Amino acid sequence: MTGPGVWGAEGVSVRFGARQALDRVTISALPGRVTAVVGADGAGKTTLLRCLVGALAPGEGTVRRPDARRIGYLPPGTGVYEDLSVAENLRFRSASYGIPAPAAEREVNKYLERTGLAAARDRLAGQLSGGMLRKLGVVAALLPQPDLLVLDEPTTGVDPVSRADLWWLIASAAAGGAAVLMSTTYTDEAARAARVLVLDSGQPLAEGTPAEIVAAIPGTITVAAERPAAGDERRRSWRRAGAWRVWQPGADPGRGEAVAPDLQDAVCVAALRRELGASHA
Amino acid sequence: MPEPLAECAGVSRAFGRLTVVDRVDLAVGPGEVVGLLGANGAGKTTLIRMLLGLLPVSGGSVRLFGRPPSRAGRRRIGYVPQTLGLYDDLTVAENLAFSRAVFSTAPGLADVPESLRGYARVCVRDLPLGVARRAAFAQALEHGPELLLLDEPTSGVDPLARSRLWETIGEAAGAGAGAIVTTHNMEEAEECSRLVVLASGRVVAAGTVAGIVGQARTAVVRAADWAAALRRLEAAGIRAVLSGETLRVPARPASGLAQALAGLPVRISEEPATLEERFFELAAAGISAP
Repeated sequence: MTGPGVWGAEGVSVRFGARQALDRVTISALPGRVTAVVGADGAGKTTLLRCLVGALAPGEGTVRRPDARRIGYLPPGTGVYEDLSVAENLRFRSASYGIPAPAAEREVNKYLERTGLAAARDRLAGQLSGGMLRKLGVVAALLPQPDLLVLDEPTTGVDPVSRADLWWLIASAAAGGAAVLMSTTYTDEAARAARVLVLDSGQPLAEGTPAEIVAAIPGTITVAAERPAAGDERRRSWRRAGAWRVWQPGADPGRGEAVAPDLQDAVCVAALRRELGASHA
Repeated sequence: MPEPLAECAGVSRAFGRLTVVDRVDLAVGPGEVVGLLGANGAGKTTLIRMLLGLLPVSGGSVRLFGRPPSRAGRRRIGYVPQTLGLYDDLTVAENLAFSRAVFSTAPGLADVPESLRGYARVCVRDLPLGVARRAAFAQALEHGPELLLLDEPTSGVDPLARSRLWETIGEAAGAGAGAIVTTHNMEEAEECSRLVVLASGRVVAAGTVAGIVGQARTAVVRAADWAAALRRLEAAGIRAVLSGETLRVPARPASGLAQALAGLPVRISEEPATLEERFFELAAAGISAP
């Protein structure tokens, strides 16, 4: 997918020594949309995001990104100065992007009020709780109203209350026209994005809207109270919500009751197909 | 009903004038997996520390295996901390052998579970996270604990690896162990047999996922231009959560949004709330309560 204002990477590969960190990965980030990269720790999410912001040059492939001043980036760390206060961090960030002080002050106040950070404006960033620190990092990244907002795991380890604030920030940035690209380890969170890339060991497992990814699952998924006793069916089963899901790769749904799968099921099937090898490809 | 493995009865804990845990009742029986949910600062860690006997209670009582927490009781617990509790510079086999020596279960025997056999001689720091988590589980389960305490046990792993870790928890519960699992992950919460939701140190809900979500509804807005709808709701002081290209507003009837969205081409409906949406509602109510 290309076009004006569509940022992204095409066929990007990165190698660290003997390790292939990314293997021909393609992703698009559209203006006014949230795109999620989902995968386990070590799947290559940070490496991909670093390529997109220009912090890392890929060995192969091309990256399309706006000018550095039009990019907002929350790195995997805190993304802020821990020995500056909340207000000082945001003032410094605004100034370094050349935002006039009165305009910056208005924006800063709006975000601080809405995310429950206002009472902490004079606290040192290093003294904030994990959730507050992530909120501050995201506010700092979106202050310059970037065309491309790249957020590296903004919600990992954050409780659901702070997570709702973070999602409000993300939605506001997209509503303002930014192309938002975020990574996450939570499949249910990725399912809220307009488009999703599933990464596994540096390789793309699936890409598309959550509905497209779910629709592309080959065969049927059935549910059973007990785990299949043995053999092939047992290897195609996984535990979910106290019961067992079984992937039936063929047209025959087998004996079980078919379920309407979601993104989590789709990711499990993609991982199973890789695990079971070419016989089920 | 069999005697609970762990039981908190009206447990409170204050630090100075700040009450962090406030009259909490919680019990875990054999074969049960109880999920402990709460925002940061809700009191989960303090509660776990009191259960482990690491922190005295300010009020109420904690009983482990029918007695006050003690060193002897600790031997019957398997604990997987968020940081996994493995030695990074020892191999998987060495970590397991060390833990066996500490718990005096067949010392010296360096047998590694089937699923970890390929990694027996690999240092923990070189393991992929999913494998390191499996090793931490193996270490915590090795002395046949009757009670498991698991702190965010599957964070950072992919859904299939998470499902495999939950198989292990399910097997232990099937064999009669009880487990307390703290988590922020709603997919994980759905694996528990029962949930206890804490807010500001108090239990604000307890029961199964279906029981906790109950009849809670969420208003759903489908708009030709979701960004415009979001701005309108925003201006009316209503916070919506973006999901794909629809907006979800937990704990609000659909009728409550019509005025804010008047004149925009939108379709407003109601759907059952998700566990996360219900949790958010409970946590917000718990925080604002006196």
